[in-house]
Amino acid sequence: MKKSLLFVSLALSLAIAASVLALAVVSSADESTITGAGSTWVYPLVAKWSATYQTQTGIKVNYQSIGSGGGIAQIKAGTVAFGASDMPLKPEDLKAAGLIQFPTAVAGAAMSYNLPGIESGKLILSGQVIADIYLGKVKKWDDPAITKLNPGLKLPDMDITVVHRSDGSGTTFTFTNYLTKVSPEWKEKVGSNTSVAWPVGVGGKGSEGIASYVQRIPGSIGYVEYAYILETHGSYARMINGAGKVVSPTLQGFQDASAHVDWAKAQDFYVILTDQPGADTWPISGCTWQILRKNAPKEANIAVMKFFDWGFEHGQQMAKSISFGPLPPSTVKAIQSYWKTELGYGI
Amino acid sequence: MNGSDVVVGIDTGPASEEPRAAAKPLRLSGDSVFHGAAMFAAFVAATTLFGTVIAIAYDSRLSIHAFGIWGFLKSSEWNPVTQTFGAFPFIIGTLVSSTIAMVLGVPVSFGIAVFIVEIAPEWIKKPVAGAIELLAAIPSIVYGLWGLVVFAPVFAQIEPWISHSFGAIPGIGALFQGPPMGIGMLTAGIVLAIMVLPYISSIMRDVFLVVPASLRESAYALGATTWEVAWDVVLPYTRSAVIGGIFLGLGRALGETMAVTFVIGNSNVLSSSLLMPGATIPSVLANEFTEATTKLYVSSLIYLGLILIAVTLAVRFLAVLLIRHLGRREGAAA
Repeated sequence: MKKSLLFVSLALSLAIAASVLALAVVSSADESTITGAGSTWVYPLVAKWSATYQTQTGIKVNYQSIGSGGGIAQIKAGTVAFGASDMPLKPEDLKAAGLIQFPTAVAGAAMSYNLPGIESGKLILSGQVIADIYLGKVKKWDDPAITKLNPGLKLPDMDITVVHRSDGSGTTFTFTNYLTKVSPEWKEKVGSNTSVAWPVGVGGKGSEGIASYVQRIPGSIGYVEYAYILETHGSYARMINGAGKVVSPTLQGFQDASAHVDWAKAQDFYVILTDQPGADTWPISGCTWQILRKNAPKEANIAVMKFFDWGFEHGQQMAKSISFGPLPPSTVKAIQSYWKTELGYGI
Repeated sequence: MNGSDVVVGIDTGPASEEPRAAAKPLRLSGDSVFHGAAMFAAFVAATTLFGTVIAIAYDSRLSIHAFGIWGFLKSSEWNPVTQTFGAFPFIIGTLVSSTIAMVLGVPVSFGIAVFIVEIAPEWIKKPVAGAIELLAAIPSIVYGLWGLVVFAPVFAQIEPWISHSFGAIPGIGALFQGPPMGIGMLTAGIVLAIMVLPYISSIMRDVFLVVPASLRESAYALGATTWEVAWDVVLPYTRSAVIGGIFLGLGRALGETMAVTFVIGNSNVLSSSLLMPGATIPSVLANEFTEATTKLYVSSLIYLGLILIAVTLAVRFLAVLLIRHLGRREGAAA
């Protein structure tokens, strides 16, 4: 009796092991999927493009929005085919890690706020004031610095609750980069990166985290991607840009920022779009880059390049519909020749 | 029966230690296979523990080398831009949130246990006990979600009252200043208190039940009130087990991640007020680990994990010492 029990349990465990192994072998070789990870900023665009791309070509794009820092880490580790980052890597870093990067689309971030009685778009802020708010120097909504910019508004005597990202984020990089340009004190005290030492404020995880806190806490302010504000019907503040004009976050405003930059000349497309000149330019504009490994298998890189090239050519309307500004044709050509020169092969 | 034998979770009765296989010759009988398997399981568990600690210590060597031990522990600066890291705000945050959880959770657990054992009529005992135990079955991330979506807005209405009444008390008033955000260190402590309730109260309930009826009845016969019986008779009798249960709850509170991350506000700046946001070691690990871009950053986060292991082990060690000390006192008194 005991012997047969032993035999049966042994046979059963062998069968389970064999089936698990078979399953692993079958599912490991899946050639029609491109994996990518990184920026949450670009996620709506990649999701839209990949849905249509799959119906047209049958190739799936598996994108995990884990944040720009995560995207950079994963592509360096080689666990994904492309990493998406809103913070461009410097040419020296790219060279050292054996990576290449190219831009995808331009977009913008805006300040979302929760002030009872003040509707979306009514509040006007300047870069200096935002920096002071985030430094903790301006503590109340009826501070003279804010009321000066909003003569027609009745601002309440409420504490400002600052909301920032608690995770590593390219949106944080774009936002803090803008603040370093408009506030020397911010540049000295805090600086700019995907994750910084925030002097004050509450940290939310992801853009959803910031939006959630701003919604729940009266008197709060946070920075969110404009596409996200549109989707969640959040409120945004207008800003005074470098030219001194009051502007709203619009697709045209983001594209104006990109128009002042010579993409083709920038090495490894390293450009920063914040605080660009122009009458209607939105100050907190940014771009998002895709990063590839030079020594990844040729088919993997070609698959990624083919997907994004398709997006550049056929995805313009989709991008515009969610407030992403497509790149001008000259930049797309520059990207295609960059692929050829850096990798030795193109698409 | 001696109360000091009641230790949490371990039955050290005399029968289980009897060496069974010593007298028989070694054969591949089912029993010796079982012995071998049991020994192997224990060995794997012990090796995993040591292996984990060693691996974590090894991975934090870059940060230990850069900041040292004392420097890292007392530095309040957590700056990924300048690559300087310090653990002090997170250690304080972990300890403070767990302390709030214990201060709020232990009296309530005691009340629940006393209610179920001493006061409740028969028909209410089982449903209440079942409901409390169900609290333990709720996943911690659901607690976090509940805390953020349901509790925080309600608490934001209560916070102005707290900061007005407690904030005015000289001395500890500074602990209760701040805008009514609903989230923060106090909220995290309250959510943690609710999470550790089922563990502490069910242990208390189990040991209160084994207090001999004769002891209780004689106290009542002498005219003691229910409170006096609970506090002066039942509790001292079960002291070591109760302490064990409290430390079990404390262990859970120290390591709790997702529930705390949702409601603590994730601010790496040390603040003197409980109403302001803060951070604990588990919450900062959950937030920043996947996106730590440099080797030093990752190593510093792992170093934080090492500190948390050290804190947890120290708490366990303290619990064992305390229980042993109390057991000796109880034995001497008896």
